[in-house]
Amino acid sequence: MSIASSENAVSTNRVARTFVYLVLLLFALFYLLPLFIMLVNSVKPLSEITGGNMIAMPEVWTLDPWRAAWSSAQIGVEPTGLRPYFINSIIMAVPAVVLSTIFGALNGYVLTKWQFRGHNIVFGLLLFSCFIPFQIVLIPMAQSLGVLGLAGSTPGLILVHFVYGIGFTTLYFRNYYAAFPTELVRAAQIDGAGFFRIFWRILLPSSGPIIAVSFIWQFTNIWNDFLFGASFADADSQPMTVALNNLVSSSTGVKEYNVHFAGAIMAALPTLLVYIVAGRYFVRGLMAGSVKG
Amino acid sequence: MGFLSIDNVTKSYGATEVLHRVDIDVEEGEFLVLVGPSGCGKSTLLNMIAGLEGITSGTIAINEKPMNGVHPSKRNIAMVFQSYALYPNMTVAQNITFGLEMHGTPKPERDEALAKVAELLQITPLLSRKPGQLSGGQRQRVAMGRALVRNPDVFLFDEPLSNLDAKLRVDMRTEIKKLHQRLGTTIVYVTHDQIEAMTLSTRIAVMNGGYVQQLGTPKEIYDNPANIFVASFMGSPSMNLIPAKLRVNGADAAVEIADSKGAPITLPVPADASNLAGRNGEEVLLGIRPEALTDPEGADRNANTVVQLSNVIDVTEPAGSDTFVTTTMGGCDVIGRMRADAEARPGELSELAMNMDKAVLFDPKTEDRIG
Repeated sequence: MSIASSENAVSTNRVARTFVYLVLLLFALFYLLPLFIMLVNSVKPLSEITGGNMIAMPEVWTLDPWRAAWSSAQIGVEPTGLRPYFINSIIMAVPAVVLSTIFGALNGYVLTKWQFRGHNIVFGLLLFSCFIPFQIVLIPMAQSLGVLGLAGSTPGLILVHFVYGIGFTTLYFRNYYAAFPTELVRAAQIDGAGFFRIFWRILLPSSGPIIAVSFIWQFTNIWNDFLFGASFADADSQPMTVALNNLVSSSTGVKEYNVHFAGAIMAALPTLLVYIVAGRYFVRGLMAGSVKG
Repeated sequence: MGFLSIDNVTKSYGATEVLHRVDIDVEEGEFLVLVGPSGCGKSTLLNMIAGLEGITSGTIAINEKPMNGVHPSKRNIAMVFQSYALYPNMTVAQNITFGLEMHGTPKPERDEALAKVAELLQITPLLSRKPGQLSGGQRQRVAMGRALVRNPDVFLFDEPLSNLDAKLRVDMRTEIKKLHQRLGTTIVYVTHDQIEAMTLSTRIAVMNGGYVQQLGTPKEIYDNPANIFVASFMGSPSMNLIPAKLRVNGADAAVEIADSKGAPITLPVPADASNLAGRNGEEVLLGIRPEALTDPEGADRNANTVVQLSNVIDVTEPAGSDTFVTTTMGGCDVIGRMRADAEARPGELSELAMNMDKAVLFDPKTEDRIG
């Protein structure tokens, strides 16, 4: 009796599990379909797309659309390809990510380990900045950039993203450091380490997961941003997202869908790469401090 | 003025005073234990000595130098924390020498000091490990090593044993005591465990509600508690407090209590009765330690005044080395400590010997010692 029932239990389990995996597989395929179509169409000649089935595998494999998107496609008025804008995006995103992460870490450190009167209000205000929609700050931001002489430049964009990112990075680091034992800071004080030495030698080496979280979050947001790029950049400092828009929505000539697909994948690659490299820290970092041990 | 002098020190957070006029002088080489229940201000006082918290009024001086407002790292103190507070990203060796490095000690001297301390604490094989790879006892040693290596004027211990399991705690206790005897350093040690306080200290400060209730040697604290709080906090099982009526007749004093059947028993009080004059007939509390209430064969032969009485035993608790018995006196549960093979059965009359030399009297209203 007991043997029969246990066999029963095992077999239902197997059926249920097969079903679950089947459903998961279906969903995965469904979500991957757009990527598949983008990939497939970015490696076939334009004639195959306009003349036939978009879902079919290419009859002639070619990397010409990728080459065109990278270096010779018409972006706005110049046939430069996406390359200069890709470089613009990197020059913009990397310093903005690094700066906002460093300042977020310092803010988190001060807000948890060097508390001052009103620290909660300061944190509340910083947190508030996370909930301000981009559109609201467009005009005051444009004015500020004008006053600072940074309008229409990459440093201007770096400043915008850096300032906008501080709220989020502060939130991450504050919550992470809140769980960091204060006794360690006190021990280091007795050992004679100062403010920056404690930060650099004691806290930062233990901050790997949360640095990864901050990095992924900031990089994804800054790289994918369109609004600030379209509003505050001039022709020489436009980021990848704006250039991609200009490539795809140009209204003259033949629509080169294969080139558009290749360009879109290029625009998405860096964030994918960052997520693959640092992603395993992401969940770990977000969970840090929520569970003891 | 002592080596570490705490002079009229108070601490307030806003309008709330949490430490009231603390005066303690610690001589060089002394082992002072601050003991009390949680929230009594003992850790606050330790943090004030360390410089981690400010002093509201009064003076703390180490080696005749006032320390008010001096940065923790410049006080020449070392502290062992409850959680050990080992830097998780550094090896044991780096943990121990971090303080020396911060004070600019050259590398060869650091290595020399490290080797000496590691040998003293027998942690040489662990030096290249990270704290995460150590057991509780090993972490404890490393934390002590980090304090020892700086050769400070005063060591501060903040409940260092409370994270260890019971067996290890007893071992480490002995080791701390050995270390103190060997090095002869001045130690201030905070704990809530009265046994740690009794075993380790040369002097104890019992604290409660922000006041130092009593400051004295372990024996003074144990035998002559200043008030009911000290009497019941120190000792396990704690001191029996039996409601009694005081009878004073000239230089002789006695107390009257009710036995298990409610019949009165008169017990002579051998202590000097001069300060009890005028209190005749007053309600008092008779304090008697469990070991002063035992079976007649187990009674202290050197005691002057031993009263023998028979009382009904309610509960017996054999603990191996002793048997604890619970009986009723003056309407309260009273615990006695008998020899392991003493004959006492629950529900039956048993002969008890009460050593009145050790008895103390308290005023139930002021809670202070009166005799």
